Amino acid sequence: MRVLIPGIGGVLGQRVARRLLEQGHEVIGIDRRPWPDAPPGIELHNVDIRKRAAEDVFRKRRPQAVIHMATVTHLVEKTAERYKINLGGTRAVFEHCRDWGVEHAIFVGRHTYYGAAADSPLYHKEEDPPMAVTTFPELSDLVAADLYACTALWRLPNMVTTVLRMVYTLGPTGHGTLATFLRGRHVPMVLGFDPLFHFMHEEDVTTAICLALEKRVQGVYNVAGPQPVPLSVVVRGTGRTPIPLPEFAFRAALGRFGLPRLPPGALAHIMYPVVVDSEAFRAATGFVHQVDEVRAMEEFRNAFPVRG
Amino acid sequence: MSLLIDPEIAARVDRLELPFNAYGVDPYGASKKHLARLFTLLRFFYRHYFTVGVEGMEHVPVRGRAMLVGNHSGGIAIDGAMVITSCFFELEPPRLAQGMAEKFMAQTPFMGLLATRGGQLTGLVETAEHLLHDERLLMIFPEGARGTAKLYPERNTLVHFGSGFMRLAMKTGTPIIPFGFVGGGEAIPTIANSYALGKLLGAPYIPITPWGVALPAPVRLELTYSAPMRFEGTGTEEDEVIEGYVEQVKQRIAGLIEVGRERRRKALAWSRGAEDEARIEGETGGTKEEQR
Repeated sequence: MRVLIPGIGGVLGQRVARRLLEQGHEVIGIDRRPWPDAPPGIELHNVDIRKRAAEDVFRKRRPQAVIHMATVTHLVEKTAERYKINLGGTRAVFEHCRDWGVEHAIFVGRHTYYGAAADSPLYHKEEDPPMAVTTFPELSDLVAADLYACTALWRLPNMVTTVLRMVYTLGPTGHGTLATFLRGRHVPMVLGFDPLFHFMHEEDVTTAICLALEKRVQGVYNVAGPQPVPLSVVVRGTGRTPIPLPEFAFRAALGRFGLPRLPPGALAHIMYPVVVDSEAFRAATGFVHQVDEVRAMEEFRNAFPVRG
Repeated sequence: MSLLIDPEIAARVDRLELPFNAYGVDPYGASKKHLARLFTLLRFFYRHYFTVGVEGMEHVPVRGRAMLVGNHSGGIAIDGAMVITSCFFELEPPRLAQGMAEKFMAQTPFMGLLATRGGQLTGLVETAEHLLHDERLLMIFPEGARGTAKLYPERNTLVHFGSGFMRLAMKTGTPIIPFGFVGGGEAIPTIANSYALGKLLGAPYIPITPWGVALPAPVRLELTYSAPMRFEGTGTEEDEVIEGYVEQVKQRIAGLIEVGRERRRKALAWSRGAEDEARIEGETGGTKEEQR
């Protein structure tokens, strides 16, 4: 199959591309970021997904499937630019899919879509509303991109659309929001709170995305691997030291004393859980995770040992 | 191992049939270490501080989804704590009953955390349904916060029952095991509920007792389980139908409260009688052995 991956330059994009190449697919990538050591079989286009040149790739290469991974989180881009990439980019991808006869589009979203709150249920189902818009306004563009991708399910009936809501990634590449939060020696926690964190190994993330392509599943799916674990266990399991701070002190200390810089809304995600039920995805694709939570933490710990 | 954990209880926690991971945490955040600590503490209350009379334990299934549904008795969660403790100590293998806590708990530092580590989760239909799909034992007080607000004279009455539990039970094909709890109102005789104080502390209200704070008195508690009730249907029936079923459960619980009160009266009369006998023995110089 000819597969186009917008956002191929990211860590996950590269992994998915390599895996698909191994499986004998023809892989084309679009990204503003370079990928210097890309395997020779992968065709790269160094263009912005929102620009005309990107449409030309669709026009000339006519991919059968598209895996849209060109979304960014608050940790990468400033707000205005990020909104453009996440919303404008997603719109462009789906419009090109419509115009150039793509058979299957996969949107790779995030489980933080559901948001963290004191009254958020354990194990979100796909039909749960996106509370993230109130709990963590900085994520609203990702929520909107996710919902926009969902509209393709009824707007583009001739195409198979898959919306994946993936839990946090954790593994030796240190990629992702959770890994970034855990990078330092000390990890701040809010005193008296220790929510469950749901994450899976990057290898399993890759497998899940490739399975969604292979099985051509239509619809919205939560994707998770092993069971969630409390944040304190994640922190200790990765060899870090938890620093419990009262809520007010926490707000004041962010970005100082070697603590990570986080937007205020992120606090809810350290106080309350976001965990998802991935039963539907497993049933539809036969996905089984290979790496359990213990090994995922160990691999991250070994790749990013605490200095000193 | 911590000083606060009895090794015997830790061994019992190991026999809980829950999918704990390598860190001893289950998929809902309950932790083995915390459960062992919790039940070490609760055993003291269950066996020594209160006198708890339990009847009908055989009606609580040891495996498979089930819902314990009962009345609130007492201004703080003694009722729930004792139900959970009875399921842990009286069932073989032990079982963890999982309650649905008030939402304010999750927002209060430590409280929500301690509850979660003990398997007591925020009361949400979605979470309850997920637990039942995982074949867990749910503990539900359909009176909700209205039930814990009962004053001393109202202690053995029932207030309005919500109907969410019934729809959920029908939707998931879950048997309901009604229970009646008596004595919580004597342990914490609420003379008033302070809503102002509650607001200050982030709770709906704080119960006030004759001795001020809501510390429970060491009294006799009676817990009575009855045979499972099953209701056929999908859970999407009209309100009138559902409320009729809820009323049946409510009536059963009212009956169980009376059974418990009767047992409590007899037990107290017996112990008063025994005290009287002992006093007479003391006065006449007789010993217990002679009496036997």
